[in-house]
Amino acid sequence: MALQWVIVFFPWAGALALAAIPDLRRATAANVVVSAGTFALAVALAVMPFAEHGWTRTDALNIPFVLVSAFVGLTTSVFSAATLDQEGFDHWRIRAYHAAYQVFMGAQFLALLADNLGVMWVAVEIATLATVSMVAVHRTPAAFEAAWKFFILCGVGIALALFGTIVLYLAAQPLLHEDAGLSWAALMQVAARCDPATLNLAFAFLLLGYGTKAGLVPLHSWLPDAHAEGPVPISAVLSGLLLNAAMLAVLRAKSIVGANPGAIAPGPFLLALGLASVLLAAFALWRRADARRFFGWSSIEHMGIAAFAFGLGGPAANLAGLLHLLGHSLVKSAVFFGVGRAAQAKGSQKISDIGGLVATHPALGWGLALAIAGLAGLPPFLLFASEFRLLSAAAAAMPWLALPLAFGMVVALAALITVLQALCFGPPTPDAAAAPDGWREAAAAAPLWLHLALAAILALAMPTALAAMLMQAARVIG
Amino acid sequence: MSFGQIGYDVAHLLGGGVLLLSFVLLYQRRIGAVINAFAMQGALLALAAAWAAHTQSAPGLYVTALLAMAAKGVLIPLALHGIVRRLDLHRTVETALGIGPSLMAGVALVALSILVVLPATEGVRALARENLALALSVVLLGMLMMISRRNAISQVIGLLSLENGLILAAIGVAGMPLVVELSTAALVLMIAVVAGVFAFQIRERFDTLDTGSLEEHRGERR
Repeated sequence: MALQWVIVFFPWAGALALAAIPDLRRATAANVVVSAGTFALAVALAVMPFAEHGWTRTDALNIPFVLVSAFVGLTTSVFSAATLDQEGFDHWRIRAYHAAYQVFMGAQFLALLADNLGVMWVAVEIATLATVSMVAVHRTPAAFEAAWKFFILCGVGIALALFGTIVLYLAAQPLLHEDAGLSWAALMQVAARCDPATLNLAFAFLLLGYGTKAGLVPLHSWLPDAHAEGPVPISAVLSGLLLNAAMLAVLRAKSIVGANPGAIAPGPFLLALGLASVLLAAFALWRRADARRFFGWSSIEHMGIAAFAFGLGGPAANLAGLLHLLGHSLVKSAVFFGVGRAAQAKGSQKISDIGGLVATHPALGWGLALAIAGLAGLPPFLLFASEFRLLSAAAAAMPWLALPLAFGMVVALAALITVLQALCFGPPTPDAAAAPDGWREAAAAAPLWLHLALAAILALAMPTALAAMLMQAARVIG
Repeated sequence: MSFGQIGYDVAHLLGGGVLLLSFVLLYQRRIGAVINAFAMQGALLALAAAWAAHTQSAPGLYVTALLAMAAKGVLIPLALHGIVRRLDLHRTVETALGIGPSLMAGVALVALSILVVLPATEGVRALARENLALALSVVLLGMLMMISRRNAISQVIGLLSLENGLILAAIGVAGMPLVVELSTAALVLMIAVVAGVFAFQIRERFDTLDTGSLEEHRGERR
């Protein structure tokens, strides 16, 4: 079996095994082992030359995301091992949680690596199904509400994406070989000669469909609630990984439509959705009382920024968008580790109930403070580099659009700094739970600091191989 | 294949029947009748898939037809009837938009989908593009049902009928690869949604989707 499939089926096999382990300690340890194996596979995949293999492909566009996904999957499993006892699961839920986690990871890799757009669609669907059950796992009215909204809205979203996929095939059908089917590479080759009007129709549905999954306004309303209910590690992988896979699907569709000179330019649509997301989220951030919903809204803002970058197009802006997606994965999952741990310690995820973390939990508090600062786009983290590149590219190409974008970023930055001060500094609030033993506290804080370190290293000294890969990817998207 | 040939005419008849049943779904006032109309639509879709398998000589589509008949014609409707009985839901459909206005909106959506699809697909064979227009109409009517009905069961049926539209689109494209796999995957999603209704059974959630009662969960500052 080719490595592209091994990395998909290894977590799935792990899911089967994990479904049989009812013991909390052993299950969390096995989950870390499976995630570590997956990470090793991802590294092996990254050093292999790019190849197309059946329904999958490896190229400059997806390998960086595979690496980051495997890394976040590993650190999240460590965080999960240190904090899962706080969720209060019985043994059935422990089995279901770990199985769903690994099913999600496998589907995430399949969605990233798929060359066949039909396979990509199925992978996004599996990832959705695996996470819905986890959002509902606490069985409170709010959790059911969140899961139901997630399910129905994303159900409509992926249904529209399938319709778009069918129309896309219809557009390319006269030009394709019998078995080339829905291959992205084959579609790219014939895209220039396809019927432009049919391509337009396909793109509209693909953008709406996968855009729903990426949390772009106006189809975003599932996202904050889905990130606020359910176990903390699920929020981290939803925000850090699933949104990227959906955005990558949008980019694949965009590159096909963009390769046809007669079709509508896809850029302005992404620009409009991106700008709407940034502006709406920037103001919505000010109205949140719930810390995890707050950072869910911040994901909408960041997806908007990335969509804006890809809408702007051109190598510089595309590179900024890719860096932004990668940086957001790292920093946002770090924030969820911090906020999730803080909410467990304080017994509430309301912003007003969490305060003065720096005084009571220094490692957690400072880490969270730095992560939120990174999320706000302050140096030295990767999101600063990407936002700076994006703003300069936007100012050069479309100064009038750079203005509202910068405005939205500043409003969001102010909201983030306000929440940073409330959560980390300010007067300490009493702890609800007794502090766990030392190694657990350390294992819960370590992934956060590791993510911060990586986000800073990538911003200050990105490995040249990765940089070259991202430059190449930026040209692929067009 | 063109107008007047039996393959074309029957395919159109079946596709048109699926669309007609989308309208039937829109004007039912009792939840039981909505479920029955959905079962009819599923059965008709299965016939359309079987006919496509016959005319396109694509035996794989018989699998799609069989699955659609078993799941959408029989099992899902039975499950939905069971949910209504077990949760003792309101037997009448609560509409956010009246029956008359929703039918008018439905007609407008069909007109819209024809106006969008036919000019956009001039390069495509006649049957495929007209089938696509019918399918898009079914998709849009499913969405209309989801937004114009208040209780969750009707919304689920809206989503299921939206998915019927997708399958109709997929089977109309002769030679599309993976069509059986994709339609099966879509069906799995829909079964999961119905299972979700079972799993999330909270009375107050499924009696009404009055958004006012959800505000407390949204984490807004007050």
